Amino acid sequence: MNNGTDKWDWGAVSDFMPHFWDGVLVTLQVLALGSLISFGVGLLWALAFRAPTRFIRWPVGIITEFIRNTPLLVQLFFLFFVLPEWDIQFSAETTGILAIGLHYSTYTAQVYRAGIDAVPVGQWEAAKALSLSYPRTWTAVILPQAIRRVIPALGNYVIAMLKDTPLLASIGVLELLQRSRLEAAQTFQYTEALTVVGVAFILIAYPSSLLLRALERRLVR
Amino acid sequence: MTAGLWEHWVLPGIWITIQLTLYSAALATVVAFGIGIARTHHLRVVRFFAGFYTEVFRGTSSLVLMFWIFFVLPQLAGWALVPMWAAVLALGLSYGAYGAEIVRGALNAVAPAQREAGVALSFTPWQRMRLILLPQAVPEMIPPFSNLLIELLKGTALVSLLGIGDVSFAAYLVRLATTESAEIYSITLVIYFVIAFLLTRGMRVLERKAKAGIGQKPEPGVGILRRLNLRKTTEKPSNVIVGGGGS
Repeated sequence: MNNGTDKWDWGAVSDFMPHFWDGVLVTLQVLALGSLISFGVGLLWALAFRAPTRFIRWPVGIITEFIRNTPLLVQLFFLFFVLPEWDIQFSAETTGILAIGLHYSTYTAQVYRAGIDAVPVGQWEAAKALSLSYPRTWTAVILPQAIRRVIPALGNYVIAMLKDTPLLASIGVLELLQRSRLEAAQTFQYTEALTVVGVAFILIAYPSSLLLRALERRLVR
Repeated sequence: MTAGLWEHWVLPGIWITIQLTLYSAALATVVAFGIGIARTHHLRVVRFFAGFYTEVFRGTSSLVLMFWIFFVLPQLAGWALVPMWAAVLALGLSYGAYGAEIVRGALNAVAPAQREAGVALSFTPWQRMRLILLPQAVPEMIPPFSNLLIELLKGTALVSLLGIGDVSFAAYLVRLATTESAEIYSITLVIYFVIAFLLTRGMRVLERKAKAGIGQKPEPGVGILRRLNLRKTTEKPSNVIVGGGGS
């Protein structure tokens, strides 16, 4: 085993690999649940943007702008430290998933909004002419057309979310970055573990973005 | 929270956050134009390397990159950067990659006839870029750059994890000192929001000036939040989004 000042040590890489795969699992779990929250909550925001009364539209607009324009890291600490003060106890991972999901819901809300705005006015008028109810207009006419178009854009935010999962290391969630830090703290070899994690992100993110571009060509028009 | 905490930690923290944002934005702008222009180069090799750069730096997480520059680079290279500059380097390089996509997009959006006119007038490629393409493309870049600048501002919060005393780090210290989280973290969020608001106002002025220079008017803000609107909604349903969630 080499000491930490040596250039590169493949032994350290193979020592790290079991922890690496555990980290991948946690990262993907956070990503999957965070995405689900962001898709769901984002849709609620987007519907609220179109609410018939300004007493819903304005507060929702202000809240989402605030969340979107402040750092996820500070929001994460806010949830992690403040929720327990209010006697709401969550595990670090749950807090992280909530923070990421909520933060990105304000982005997906804009995506949904753009998709909804792109549905031709004639569709609304046709729904009205057929005297469809308000909920039915949304679920049967507007959303199916809107969501189909925005899937690639939502996918982009899933990739962005993936790249933000390392922030959860700051509250001690055992995702990829935290695993590499623990490994480094044990072996004093920062180089290998951290490089492996950095490369892993590129290896996941780049093919996914290629996949999305292909999907975009199929889905849009 | 006492005045002492405010004066010794939070105010200097705000100043460091602003400095980080401005320096990283300057570096990111240089990188964005360099790489963005290289991606429209006629040599395939140049385009390939510029594309490789953007994919690598857009593909990796900026926090991981920051840790890498902070902990690994000193071991591999044998020298270390001052923490502040390591952070500026990490932020500038990764957000520059996002910016390069904006530059490339805006350059490609200039009408092809403009470039052809330059060729017909036997301008050199550099003259075409400087005198024809950039003056028309730059005003189009400003709104997406404005969004990216806010992402960058949000990204600067990451440096607190490296122990740099920005406003997030100050919040952490104040929390330890007062054992009170809700107040300081609410204040911190508001501080970031105010800085973001001021930055977008500045960019809006810049956009108006740049568009006036080529005889256009900026689009008015849309919707209920016109007064508070920090970002133009740049998303189109089919748009592959540039930028998007740095942090």
